[in-house]
Amino acid sequence: MTMRVFDLSFRYKIPLWGSALIAVVALTMTVSFMFQAYENLKRDMLAHSDNLGRVLVKTLYTPMLHDDVWRAYEIVRAPFSEAASTTGFRAEGLILLDANHAVFVSSQPDHWPMRTALAGLGPSYAQLDARLRATPEATTVLVEADDVILLALPMIADEVGIGHLLLVHPAGFYWPRFRQLAWRALLITGLVLSVLLPINWYWGRRMAAPVGRLAERMDALGKHAPTASLSHDYPYRDELGRLFMAYERMHAEMAEKATLEQRMVKADRLAALGRLSAGIAHEINNPLGGLMTSLDTVKLHAARDPVLDRFLPYLERGLAQIRDIVAALLVETRGRSRALNAQDIEDVHTLLAQEAKKRDADWTWDNRAGDTSNLPATLVRQVLINLVLNALQAAGEGGHVAVRCVGNERGLELDIQNDGASISDELMKHLFEPFTGLNEEGHGLGLWVTHQIVEQLKGRIEVESRDGRTRFSVTLPKGDHAWPPNASA
Amino acid sequence: MLRRDFIALSALLFSPFSRADTTAKALRIGLTPTLLHERHTLLAKWKAYLEARLGVPVNFVLRDSYSDTMDLIKQHRLDAAWLSDYPYVLMQPWVRLLATPLKDGQPHYRSYLIVPARDTRSRSIADLEGKVFAYADPYSHTGYLFPRHALTALGKSPKTFFGRTFFTWSHRKAIEAVAQHLADGAAVESYVWDALAREEPAITQATRIVNRSQTFGFPPLVAMKQMPDKTFRVLRRVLLDMRFDDQGREILDKLHLDGFVAGTPALYAEVESMAREAAREDGGAR
Repeated sequence: MTMRVFDLSFRYKIPLWGSALIAVVALTMTVSFMFQAYENLKRDMLAHSDNLGRVLVKTLYTPMLHDDVWRAYEIVRAPFSEAASTTGFRAEGLILLDANHAVFVSSQPDHWPMRTALAGLGPSYAQLDARLRATPEATTVLVEADDVILLALPMIADEVGIGHLLLVHPAGFYWPRFRQLAWRALLITGLVLSVLLPINWYWGRRMAAPVGRLAERMDALGKHAPTASLSHDYPYRDELGRLFMAYERMHAEMAEKATLEQRMVKADRLAALGRLSAGIAHEINNPLGGLMTSLDTVKLHAARDPVLDRFLPYLERGLAQIRDIVAALLVETRGRSRALNAQDIEDVHTLLAQEAKKRDADWTWDNRAGDTSNLPATLVRQVLINLVLNALQAAGEGGHVAVRCVGNERGLELDIQNDGASISDELMKHLFEPFTGLNEEGHGLGLWVTHQIVEQLKGRIEVESRDGRTRFSVTLPKGDHAWPPNASA
Repeated sequence: MLRRDFIALSALLFSPFSRADTTAKALRIGLTPTLLHERHTLLAKWKAYLEARLGVPVNFVLRDSYSDTMDLIKQHRLDAAWLSDYPYVLMQPWVRLLATPLKDGQPHYRSYLIVPARDTRSRSIADLEGKVFAYADPYSHTGYLFPRHALTALGKSPKTFFGRTFFTWSHRKAIEAVAQHLADGAAVESYVWDALAREEPAITQATRIVNRSQTFGFPPLVAMKQMPDKTFRVLRRVLLDMRFDDQGREILDKLHLDGFVAGTPALYAEVESMAREAAREDGGAR
């Protein structure tokens, strides 16, 4: 159970702890105040009785000395008359004791009849009687019994004790006043709490809310790929703000790492595919060469035969197709080629103009390649042709295509954009892979070949496709050596 | 109570009733503590009534005990006074009978022996032996002299019979002492008890009358012997005629009296013999 309390969200825990603390402080203060008030009240009310008693004692000397019972009776009755009952005097009765501790007169003759011995009035009175006999005459004696609180004031005339004035209070005579005080104190406490608790609750929730959001994000971090940035969730620079910043940094790093990993996995896969396809292509190439030679021999030397005439062309076309595919898979970069110049790019422009016109595409061609490149002309041209054809195809009728070739001291940058349909996530995953079956037109070897060429030229190819804008960027670095490489190599 | 005493005192100091010493020509009438003490409106009306008929200012002089009024008489500081019958007997060397009030058509009153209403057992003063007894005033006939006389008649000593006695200095307060159980018994004037029974029955209902004494002459109004005969006659005539006019009757109603008659010293013969007897017993002190 306790664990469950501690497991609660900060959203509840902070306000709850705060509230508990406030309530405990408020109640502790109230209780201590009431304790203090109780003691003070008791003391004050007894002091009040004492004062009144002393005033009465002075007026009672004469009747006492003159043995004037009636006058004394009128005086001890006075505080209990209707007019005096509102003055806050809380004694229950007054008893005037003579020198022998017998009742001289009392405010309530029914309760305390004249001439009754003090000890005969009850156990508490007997206790007082004993105390009075044990103490000097001039002392005030207070007896707090369970049923009654007795305050005995001495009456001294010329240093001779002529009696005592006894103030009788009901036990707990200060309770009604105390209850009034306590009730008021509780009311104030309630008011304070009714202000503090909502403030605390609001403040606690406000404190806890960003922590909760951060915790949610952290939870999500492990489960999903990193999502959008958190900035402006918590604009302050305190500890929490630093946590948010740390989270943002971590979040960005993780996102970058994930992208890198993806790219590496893809590169690995494409490399493996490359090796595999190249191996297969080589293995096929050898027998294929034999087959094609044999076919030529048959065409040249075999006797004419209607069956051969009819099927040889099929064989010839089939083998030619195999040879083309294998050639495509092999992507031979070490063939003989000259170095690229600006005219090569312009040739592609001319070559593809027909195609663009056919597709009714609106295109721009920005050629700033220059002549400084030492890249192989054939391969670069093939890359450019492949990418531009793809772009034209993707842009569709009336679409836009922008081609830009920039050459500089670092190398050559190709940038081909179109505004056709974006590449789907699924296709993006397997882009550049051969025979994926995802391409609607062709077998998909075009991008594969492009990728292989770029790889072999130690370049980089990047794709970006979103919001109806697809962009292929190719960076081809200048080789360390002049192109073409030594022909003998 | 203290406060009320203060008001009473200021009334004494500043009201017209207190000018007895300073206004030489005014008629000074002393009053002993009876019902009248706290009824200033009634006194003012009576004063106005008397002044209108006598043609001289009238001042009532109130005192808190019989002896105070008696002292005033001895010092010739009064012209007339309403005394209880026992003081009248004692003051005979200084005063002469002016008028006797009529109550229920008779110039008589009695002494009531009262106990708290909760005491249902006591049948006579003999049952109060060892108890607390309230006397009205040492110069009261019905509230002091008579009960002591009754005890003597029973062969008891008034000095030792009760457990405790005290004076309340008025009949009304003696009734209150019994009603509030301060005293176990008291002897009071029938006139005061009856009036109180009509005005504040709650007090008298807390008491029970055990015995009603035989009748005595009603406390009389007296005049100083020095009063000129002419003044004496006029004053007596005004008093006796009170019951014949509306204003006088209104005042008498409030005083719970029927009127005044001339009265005779014979009405007070019995109290006189009682007083003599008491004087003998006390060795002449009281």
